[in-house]
Amino acid sequence: MAVADSGKLHLPENVVVSRLDELASWCRKNSLWPMPFATACCGIELMATGASKHDLARFGAEVFRFSPRQCDLMIVAGRVVMKMLPVLQRIWQQMHEPKWCISMGACASTGGVFDTYAVVQGIDRVIPVDLYVPGCPPRPEQLIQAIIDLQDKIQREGTITGREFDTPSRQARKRALVELVDPLSLDASRNPVLQRELAAEAESFAGRS
Amino acid sequence: MSIAPPTFESVSLPEAATRSEDFLWTLNFGPQHPATHTTLRLVLKLDGERVVDAIPEMGYLHSGFEKIGEHLTFNQYVTVTDRMNYISPMANNVAWHHAVETLLGIELTPRCKVIRTIIAELARISDHLLSNGAVGLDTGAFTFFLYGFYQREVIYDIFETLCGARFTNSYTRVGGVSHDVTPLVVEKIRTFVKTFPKTLNDMERLLTRNRIFVDRTKGVGVLTKEAAINRGATGPVARASGVTRDLRKDEPYLAYGDYDFNVCCATAGDCYARYLVRMEEMRESLRIVTQAIENIPAGPVNIGIDQRTALPTKQQVYSTIEGTISHFELSMSNRGFEVPCEESYAAIEAPNGELGFYLVGDGNESAYRARCRPPSVLNFAMFPHLIRGHTLSDVVAVLGSLNIIAAELDR
Amino acid sequence: MPFTPPPVDDVIAAMTGRFGGLESTVFRGQTRLVVPVEASLDVLSDLKQRGFDLLVDVTCVDYLEYRDPPMQMPSCSGRRYGLVYLLASTTTNQRLTVRVFVDDPKPTVPSVVPLWEAANWLEREVWDLFGIRFEGHPDLRRLVMPEEFTAHPLRKDYPLQGRGERHNFPVITRHES
Repeated sequence: MAVADSGKLHLPENVVVSRLDELASWCRKNSLWPMPFATACCGIELMATGASKHDLARFGAEVFRFSPRQCDLMIVAGRVVMKMLPVLQRIWQQMHEPKWCISMGACASTGGVFDTYAVVQGIDRVIPVDLYVPGCPPRPEQLIQAIIDLQDKIQREGTITGREFDTPSRQARKRALVELVDPLSLDASRNPVLQRELAAEAESFAGRS
Repeated sequence: MSIAPPTFESVSLPEAATRSEDFLWTLNFGPQHPATHTTLRLVLKLDGERVVDAIPEMGYLHSGFEKIGEHLTFNQYVTVTDRMNYISPMANNVAWHHAVETLLGIELTPRCKVIRTIIAELARISDHLLSNGAVGLDTGAFTFFLYGFYQREVIYDIFETLCGARFTNSYTRVGGVSHDVTPLVVEKIRTFVKTFPKTLNDMERLLTRNRIFVDRTKGVGVLTKEAAINRGATGPVARASGVTRDLRKDEPYLAYGDYDFNVCCATAGDCYARYLVRMEEMRESLRIVTQAIENIPAGPVNIGIDQRTALPTKQQVYSTIEGTISHFELSMSNRGFEVPCEESYAAIEAPNGELGFYLVGDGNESAYRARCRPPSVLNFAMFPHLIRGHTLSDVVAVLGSLNIIAAELDR
Repeated sequence: MPFTPPPVDDVIAAMTGRFGGLESTVFRGQTRLVVPVEASLDVLSDLKQRGFDLLVDVTCVDYLEYRDPPMQMPSCSGRRYGLVYLLASTTTNQRLTVRVFVDDPKPTVPSVVPLWEAANWLEREVWDLFGIRFEGHPDLRRLVMPEEFTAHPLRKDYPLQGRGERHNFPVITRHES
């Protein structure tokens, strides 16, 4: 073990040098414990991903603990309706840092097929989401790819104290898609003038409740 | 700056629940809980371990399905019906189009009837595998659940070969189906029929005479025959209590009249009886599939172009004038097919019970009112009646045996 | 051949003989019996005694935007809500649809919970989604919508995307959670 020529440190074979942040991220990414917030059909594909054919346990996500105190990854699988939304927020707040959120499926990301009075059009309106998985429902392979991508993200950005969550971009509200008004649709519910009036009505509703 | 956690102001309980008795303990079970299959909620009043009362709450997945039905056409709405009972979506598709074809007065081709029968029975097998698997999982038998899920993957493979999607297939169309059955699909179904009985026997060996499982489920959640009829139970829940109603035999639809199968009933009415009824129904479904797969009639799978409801084949579109006109009429958005301004109800025997749609037509291609009659609502409403006097651990067993699917419950 | 359910003509004849003001039509083999609101509880309890022991469904149709008379029966038009009771008999496999029509401003119907316990939640859902009150219901609260929801969503004058209730929630960002 000599520090001789050109300042290079020669290490024996059984010594690894790394940053503490990278080591912590490596540990965290390979043992992500999912909290399955399974509400609808995507929940069945989540169960299929955890079952024997597409085994999620290979990637470290062994235990699907249903207690938010023991998990670090919340997978919101399925549509979230306004009656369920306080539950979702409460569980997100009960999870410990560092925590990540995967929005699985079209309904959790943007509301999906259900543009109705009861379904929240994307949980990223109310929860900070790290990864979106498109599909209705996404195949198990897509969900596994999402977990792998999240692992890459954690390895790239992770710090041992969770400083990566303090950046402005992480703290700003995110939106999956901008609201699109379809000009070719004859449906009155897509009429921008009417929507503005309804929005004003909704403001007064919010003021009342 | 921290935000106050959201509170549950949206709880309303009936008068009986808010009466305070000091020795009773109120426990909130759900809506996020592993044993409440997705989003159900129970407010339990416990006396130690004994359940004195249970107030079920639903609506945590209400997405406005019935209102969407008033805006989508009949062929578009089938994609939404997939998402109702999401563990057997093919059965919902068959139910929806059965109701639509009853309203329109359409008679299907023999080939289409047999194909729909086969996929409805495969959906029944896949539903019972998961519902019994969930009963096993909730009472602690994880291997049982994994065996069931592996067979579901085989069925998913069949469906994927047939129409491209594992589940949420949206397979049926008005007057027919979207993709015809190919020889490869027939081969896969034959292989499944040969290999499935062995897995079913393995699963039975795991649980049916397992002392722990029997002790947990026998005598738990007993439903008498009169209570089952009065509370509107249908399907395996009612048949396990002695009600012999099965729409496949009582009101034969599709091709069920041609096949030889039994209706599985039990008399005990407890969770164990429901488990046994579902296991037997899987065997009967396999019998139907075995008979059906050997005799698929030849001929067209969609109805003829003179009825102007199903899309014609490309060969007809390019070579005959009726095909071209029919294709034009169906594809242009301001035309479509004639729907009578009338109302009708049609139901099939879905894996969970009687799944029916009450349709009101008003001349347009979309329904004026599309009401889904969900078997899960009546099953869940029965829950307090079944659980009174049992312990907290029985709550899980009873909830699993009722097979309540939240999306069908809430719509 | 499509299956036709067993005929209910004798039941209809007995009912029209016993009660006045009933009308019936048949469509696709299904018989619909229109009953006035005042007689609905008596008619339904009579039907239950005649063997219709299974209540399949209780639902409602809002005819606000319907052009034709409902079920092509002119006597039914003019009232906004048409309640549907789907009955079946487990012994004879007969089916019957009973229609009761009520109107705004305060649609009220007697509850059939004393006859079939299955009606408990089905009527709660009709109250929740349509706003029809059921007299004599033991526990009439909202079923699928949250308790503080004020509108009745399945009425035709309520828009599909709602009036902004679905996004009226606090936002949690990384900083706060």
